[in-house]
Amino acid sequence: MAEPATLGAVAAVDAVKERTGGVGYLEGPRGGRPRRFLTTHNVVLYGTLLIVSAYFLLPLWVMLVTSFKTMDEIRMGNIFAPPTEFTVFPWIKAWSQACTGINCDGLSRGFWNSVYILVPSVVVSIAVASVSGYTLANWRFKGSEAIFTILIMGAFIPYQVMIYPISILLGKIGLFGSLWGLVLVHTIFGMPLNVLLFRNYFSSVPEELFKAARVDGAGFWGIFFRIMLPMSLPIFVVSMIIQITGIWNDFLFGVIYTSNERYPMTVQLNNIVNSVQGVKEYNVNMAATLLTGLVPLTVYFASGKLFVRGIAAGAVKG
Amino acid sequence: MLAPNTSVSIRDLSLQFGAVSVLQKLNLDIADGEFLVLLGSSGCGKSTLLNCIAGLLEPTDGQIHINGRNVTWLEPSERGIGMVFQSYALYPQMTVRGNLSFGLRNARVPKAEIESRIARAAKVLQIEPLLDRKPGQLSGGQRQRVAIGRALVRDVDVFLFDEPLSNLDAKLRADLRVEIKRLHHNLDNTMIYVTHDQVEAMTLADRIAIMRNGNIMQLGTPDEIYNRPQNKYVADFIGSPSMNFLEGHLERGTFRSGDFQLPLEGYRFGAPQVADRPVVLGIRPEHVATGALVSAAPIKGEVSADLVEPMGSDTLVWANLAGKPFRLRMDGQARVAPGDRLTIGIDPAKSSVFDAKTEERL
Repeated sequence: MAEPATLGAVAAVDAVKERTGGVGYLEGPRGGRPRRFLTTHNVVLYGTLLIVSAYFLLPLWVMLVTSFKTMDEIRMGNIFAPPTEFTVFPWIKAWSQACTGINCDGLSRGFWNSVYILVPSVVVSIAVASVSGYTLANWRFKGSEAIFTILIMGAFIPYQVMIYPISILLGKIGLFGSLWGLVLVHTIFGMPLNVLLFRNYFSSVPEELFKAARVDGAGFWGIFFRIMLPMSLPIFVVSMIIQITGIWNDFLFGVIYTSNERYPMTVQLNNIVNSVQGVKEYNVNMAATLLTGLVPLTVYFASGKLFVRGIAAGAVKG
Repeated sequence: MLAPNTSVSIRDLSLQFGAVSVLQKLNLDIADGEFLVLLGSSGCGKSTLLNCIAGLLEPTDGQIHINGRNVTWLEPSERGIGMVFQSYALYPQMTVRGNLSFGLRNARVPKAEIESRIARAAKVLQIEPLLDRKPGQLSGGQRQRVAIGRALVRDVDVFLFDEPLSNLDAKLRADLRVEIKRLHHNLDNTMIYVTHDQVEAMTLADRIAIMRNGNIMQLGTPDEIYNRPQNKYVADFIGSPSMNFLEGHLERGTFRSGDFQLPLEGYRFGAPQVADRPVVLGIRPEHVATGALVSAAPIKGEVSADLVEPMGSDTLVWANLAGKPFRLRMDGQARVAPGDRLTIGIDPAKSSVFDAKTEERL
């Protein structure tokens, strides 16, 4: 404890108090510390961010501007410059007139082929993966952990190893070259990752909720459809994005397991861009590539927020 | 055969997870309308036993009967039980009404019947204004009421509670505890209640089963459990602060530990003749008389206070008896400072004597 006399001595040397006439301690820093914007920290941070964004955005920019230029303008160089003579002709040509082999109906055929492959593949693969994940998470049976481990191992086996065996298998069951053969392939290859996602998500649902539903008399499908499904929109969105982009961007399976007239858009894009006959029409190629990438791009933009939320939710428990 | 008024009967129930034995040949009979509390520290098997009764866990061996029916192989929904969980386990996407009716809809109960049962349960639990809300919009106490309501609407014979109050804060827990007790008075259903909280167990139970390592250590009324613990584990587990234990010898009816002697006059031994042997004497801190009450106690002594913990309603004093730490509980208004000499009185009739080896009550 300080003596009263000592306190008095401190007060006597308080210069502020003398100047302000007895109030004291009003001057000097107060509240939040003011911050300058232009600090080394900020320069480095925003500088890096700008450079990295430019690095990733420049190719897209080049593609965009090139796709709206005429071939004459492209030949002059200046690949970063915006088009002087704006034209949408390359886009029209890419969509409906570009030739692959003897067909000259553009990418539109590939687009619809891809849609016909995509819709059943996404629906079937997610249906199978979600029910499998639900079973592995909530209805453990003897050997369920072993099955899950084997399934996850599947994610580490290179596709190339399995191409030939799957061709034989599809041939034996009479699905080679058909749409449903490709759907089956996409469902199988989507299993490891998607089952993992669904299993982890359903494992993070409190076990007591599942028990309560059982006490309330709900069975396997009752709990799945009425309790689990309404709670798992985020993980379904994540799985859908992964499957839509994965299946849409697939080239290998499309080129191997389908026949000429069913080639998906990616295969057709390759055939247009890599065609060795005639002049290379860069503007058409760029437009065709952008058209092909439009679907996954739209999916990302439309569901970005749900995607992040779903990934985070699925990651809680492993 | 079972007694006619037996509600739940468990016969030789065993459960093993791999090499780990969680329940071992457990037998338990619960009377119709009884409130039985399964009490024990975590990992003692109390929740496992409850899950077996509910049918959520399959036992390795043994039988479970509910109302004279062997339900061992039945699904949870066919057993006539309702269950309330620690985490409430309400279906988040359904309204309170949806939560309450879910089980009834699964059982294909007619709509009008569902409505009337919900109305009745909501009235009993005072959740009528909440019926159209989602669980996310409810407080913890309201959620647990809805969870109880979910069991209530199903008109079950047996209520199972799995630590229903553990997620609530202290004040709410005390309120809801009283409500559960009142509910039991009004409904007269059989209730089996799992908790690790001895206050809940003592206040709610008709009988308490204290469990340890998958065995029932003692089954009895709260009074028996508190005053006549059958073994040292139960004696130590029940009571806060816990019982003082002194190791010593029993010699012709007198407890000796070094210089300390306590003639056990008035102590009711379990057997008429108890041979001399090493024993452990247990005395509850609140059974040590101090101040004006000392004169009424049969045996008196003196200890010095080492440490004082004032708790408002009581004062807990750490002292030393026969070289061992010794706790005693005094009135909250008692002014004691460390180092003070205290005169204490002990009533042997209120103490417990355990065999040092078997730890069973003598």
